[in-house]
Amino acid sequence: MSDVNLHAPGNGRVTTQNSLAGAFGIPERRPPIRRQNFIVKKIATRESYGNALVELGKEHDDLVVLDADLANATKTDKFRKAFPARHIDCGIAEADMMGIAAGLATTGKVPFASTFAMFAAGRAFEQVRNSIGYPHLNVKIGATHAGISVGEDGATHQCNEDIALMRTIPGMVVICPADDIEARAAVEAAYHHEGPVYLRFGRLAVPVINDRPDYRFEIGKGITLREGKDVTLIATGLCVCHALEAAERLAADGIDARVLDIHTIKPLDEELVIKAALETEKIVTVEEHSVIGGLGSAVCDVLCGQGIGKVKKLGIQDVFGESGPAQELIHKYGLDGEGIYRQVRAFAGA
Amino acid sequence: MDKRRLQQIANEVRKGIIEGVYGAKAGHPGGSLSAADVFTYLYFEEMNVDPADPKKEDRDRFVLSKGHNAPGFYSVLAQRGFFPVEDLKTLRHTGSYLQGHPDMKHIPGVDMSSGSLGQGISAAAGMALSAKLDGKAFRVYTLLGDGELEEGQVWEAAMFAGHRKLDNLVVIVDNNGLQIDGRIEDVCSPYPIDKKFEAFNFHVVSIDGNDFDQLKAAFDEARATKGCPTAIVMKTVKGKGVSFMEDNVGWHGKAPNDQEYAVAMEELRKAGEALCQM
Repeated sequence: MSDVNLHAPGNGRVTTQNSLAGAFGIPERRPPIRRQNFIVKKIATRESYGNALVELGKEHDDLVVLDADLANATKTDKFRKAFPARHIDCGIAEADMMGIAAGLATTGKVPFASTFAMFAAGRAFEQVRNSIGYPHLNVKIGATHAGISVGEDGATHQCNEDIALMRTIPGMVVICPADDIEARAAVEAAYHHEGPVYLRFGRLAVPVINDRPDYRFEIGKGITLREGKDVTLIATGLCVCHALEAAERLAADGIDARVLDIHTIKPLDEELVIKAALETEKIVTVEEHSVIGGLGSAVCDVLCGQGIGKVKKLGIQDVFGESGPAQELIHKYGLDGEGIYRQVRAFAGA
Repeated sequence: MDKRRLQQIANEVRKGIIEGVYGAKAGHPGGSLSAADVFTYLYFEEMNVDPADPKKEDRDRFVLSKGHNAPGFYSVLAQRGFFPVEDLKTLRHTGSYLQGHPDMKHIPGVDMSSGSLGQGISAAAGMALSAKLDGKAFRVYTLLGDGELEEGQVWEAAMFAGHRKLDNLVVIVDNNGLQIDGRIEDVCSPYPIDKKFEAFNFHVVSIDGNDFDQLKAAFDEARATKGCPTAIVMKTVKGKGVSFMEDNVGWHGKAPNDQEYAVAMEELRKAGEALCQM
């Protein structure tokens, strides 16, 4: 990959889409992902969040939705339209919003507090810890715009630390769904779970990969999307479909890769992870999050106690993100199918 | 309940504060003592609570936003019968349910865990909002320190409460004038407190918070106020009731030694006797 330093003065203004794509080695038009001979549809998990809230709101009067002036982006505007009295806009005051959610929960409401991951997990970390986590209140945090796939807004808004922050809070469930099906199931499961849940959603439309009759979501239970014996790719969020793509490429090279969709990072499906380490030894974790404290760390936490497995962590390698179209950033940071393929091959290849 | 009876109870609450902090060899007597009278008024006069059913749904709620005054809060809860007064001696001990800061999971009568300043008022606003959403009649009270007003979240919550016209919410400010690093006007002045809450669309009542007549008038006025939340800004004396602790910044977060404990308890014993002879 030939790097162009876009940050260097006088070196950054690449003028056309084609040359930028060329600089990053991006194919001009990547063919759509095909599964079972049909082209998958794409939907952002934040859309799924908004849709799921509306559906749940019809059945459950105790569900209330809070937002912090981002209803159009977090997609809670759908709920606001359907149930205006139960949609509470707290203004641009995320710390206060978490406390209000906590207070509502003490009275039996089931609040979904919604904002960008950066502000939910980052700015309001201590409110989430002390006002929600410590009293173990029944608050659900809907954190959208997580990771570098935020895209053009750049590093200030690309939260690559939220999983790390949230999983350190005792009793907090941390979920990062891979697609629309999983995201809607996760929201419903979060509603029925008694206790705090952190839900991580993305801005970018991602392929629907779980559209099958036998799909079943259970908090804390990972899903084996592909069997394999040479290496296991453990992915979460939008990286799951990229891991599948990488596995197909690896197969062409004779590398048989297992793919696990770990939608619940806490509590982690330890059994599934240990089984993978015993059977394939080599593990590659893939997440649109810092490699410090995220899924990769959670997997290592389990395996180091067992003394098994060799782990490579793919993700954001202790750097801040940057502006750019989401797909280009995902490619640049090596988290698309090609990037995962390349890195897994180097790690697990013959 | 007559004023003298309230004063007697408040004196017992103060004894419990000294017992708790002395037993813990740590804790916050100063602000607990300044707020002992408002604690007493809330739990013996103002609030609809039932020690036999601490979680009853229609109860009034109280959030101690200045959570470090747990010794005062626990002492009034014990006096009111939520748990034995004797347990106050286990405050902050390993294994005791009486944690250093209010813990709703383990302490009967505690409606919200608190302790990190600025957060309690938001939770109180959420409770008040819930009552409004469901058309319920319960009221919500929260007690803040004056130093706590330096936390930005207080004003986020005040903006929200004013905007939502939460007239079932009473924000009480214990204006004892001292914070850990000194006088509040020297550290980072929150004054004028009354005008700030007015600007956030509160009805504001300013009183002497160590005077039960004024406390009664203020809470009655808050109850009668419709269409906006009420802030009761109470001038108080930090360390009130123990001569060497009064208005002394050194007693914000320190336990008395054996000798100081004996002097404090003797002063409170005499104050109690005097109240009986009145």
